[in-house]
Amino acid sequence: MIFSNLAALQVVVPLIGAPLCTLFGRGILAWALSTAVTWFAFAVSISLLMQVLCCGTINYVMGGWLAPWGIEYRVDHLSALVLLLITGVASAVMPFAYQSVAREIPREKHRLFYTAYLLTFTGLLGMVITGDAFNAFVFMEISSLSAYVLIALGKNRRALYASFQYLVLGTIGATFFVIGVGLLYMITGTLNMVDLSERLSGQHDSRVFLAAVGFLVVGLSLKLALFPLHLWLPNSYAYAPSVVTVLLAATGTKVAVYLLLRFIFTVLQVNQQPDLLPVVDLLFPLALIGMFAGSIVAIYQTDVKRLLAYSSIAQMGYILLGISMASERGLIGAIVHVFNHGVMKAGLFVAVGAIAVHAGGTSIQNLAGLGRRMPFTMAAFTICALSLIGIPGTVGFVSKWYLVLAALEAGTTRGFIAAIAVVSASLLAIIYVWRVVEVAYFANPSDGEASVAEASWQTQFSLWIFSSSCVAFGLSTGLTAGVARLAAQTLLGIAP
Amino acid sequence: MSEHLILRVVIKFLIPFIFLFALYVQAHGDYGPGGGFQAGIIFSVGFILYGMIFGLQRLRRVVPPHLILALMAFGLLLYTGVGFATILLGGTFLDYGYLSHDTVHGHHYGIFLIELGVGITVASVMIAIYQTFTARAEETTDENVGTG
Repeated sequence: MIFSNLAALQVVVPLIGAPLCTLFGRGILAWALSTAVTWFAFAVSISLLMQVLCCGTINYVMGGWLAPWGIEYRVDHLSALVLLLITGVASAVMPFAYQSVAREIPREKHRLFYTAYLLTFTGLLGMVITGDAFNAFVFMEISSLSAYVLIALGKNRRALYASFQYLVLGTIGATFFVIGVGLLYMITGTLNMVDLSERLSGQHDSRVFLAAVGFLVVGLSLKLALFPLHLWLPNSYAYAPSVVTVLLAATGTKVAVYLLLRFIFTVLQVNQQPDLLPVVDLLFPLALIGMFAGSIVAIYQTDVKRLLAYSSIAQMGYILLGISMASERGLIGAIVHVFNHGVMKAGLFVAVGAIAVHAGGTSIQNLAGLGRRMPFTMAAFTICALSLIGIPGTVGFVSKWYLVLAALEAGTTRGFIAAIAVVSASLLAIIYVWRVVEVAYFANPSDGEASVAEASWQTQFSLWIFSSSCVAFGLSTGLTAGVARLAAQTLLGIAP
Repeated sequence: MSEHLILRVVIKFLIPFIFLFALYVQAHGDYGPGGGFQAGIIFSVGFILYGMIFGLQRLRRVVPPHLILALMAFGLLLYTGVGFATILLGGTFLDYGYLSHDTVHGHHYGIFLIELGVGITVASVMIAIYQTFTARAEETTDENVGTG
């Protein structure tokens, strides 16, 4: 009974956890309940992935209404991998949350904070697991609205402005998405993604269809912070509470990438329709500019949180570069980087959160001498930072390897440019990462920071989960690259 | 607004009918236009009118904020709880047919409970929004009185 309903439980258990948190989450209970829910969801996503690997795609019928009419939950390789990332990050960050939330959020708001946290979590999971285009919009709204609340809870008053900025731009993105879905519904009369793709074949020259594609791609690009549409991201990441930054940086934009992949490849089947290829060609220059602009701006930041936020924009560029190649290797690179970047950014932001608590701030000066005062935290930070550069043996290397391979495999001038860009943008990453590491290990601490102590064991626990997975998935790529390969083949319609 | 005698009398007279109409829309939702969302909005209108005429303090005495918060959560819990119950009874999520021996009856119960959950949450969220906004307005007018 449990096993046949795993797909529903993945979303429903966090959704039940949220009101329970409001009702009974006094004191430490809110944290305990959220921890139990996220770890349960993590276990569910592991067993979903195992089920998909053994027996293929899972279709779950909601409420007994069959697929094209009712809402269907659909778990294939791609969604199983993204579910694993979301639940993994959300559960591994909980030990860190215990201390961080206690410091950053007023005590009486704890249960509402965890309620919003679980709702964001629910929404992110729902967007990935659903096979229904409109249902994806509903979950997008659930996750976004609760994310605005979470960002606004940041200590600094600028968090309110950041949240409002994200609210305006995020709402525009979601509206564009739902307009696109509405136009597709107008053409086909269906909302089920698989059904949509079948009914859309042969209708590619209609103007309504082109408008729908435009709205969908622009809306999702806003949500995933593609280069010229990234303006909401740096402030949201910089001023949100540390735990929220970890969750949003590691999973929020990744879920939008997932939906983009779903729509471009599963619904529109771009690779089989030569007249639709300009959609992905358009992503190519934007991805390149994003990679360089994000990295260059990151070099000039004086606040580590903002530095990492701009680096996220650059990393989004890598992912979209892989998508724009629309080849099997390119998609493997993009999907693996979705997972890998999620893991390393989560680690980096947990480390920055710990530094904010113990060293009194996140500006680069606060890091002076932390290599000696917080040796374990800085070691984990350095591992994740090396993996952001793409040093062999870390996860960053794996995804960039696939991207360079895919670029060279294309054999065109464009592919050559892409390969050079991936390598040179990584060199820029060395500059901005090294600035932080250098200050931490080689600068002399000022007198005021003599009392800085190492982070608590709970924070260390979260941090080392992320940094050790950076190395583990960098050395053994069977899980990430293996599943990503199967996912890419499914997306492109190639039989494995 | 406490000096408006006519409004006070009329509103007191109207509120029970508003509640009754809300309950009608709530129960009618299975077969006709209506349902939990609309009913919740109408139900909350009764309280909001009361608050507009008699002031936020008295509205807070009728529906204290912690009760509103609990009701919001309870409505969502009722909705998801029904879905969870159908899973425990052997169906898929929200497969109402499993709620009773007779599938049709099961669908009746399921829809009724779910709409009730929606209604409770919508009504309490509306009241909460009203209370929050008017609380801010009263704070600022108080400040104005102090500074002016």
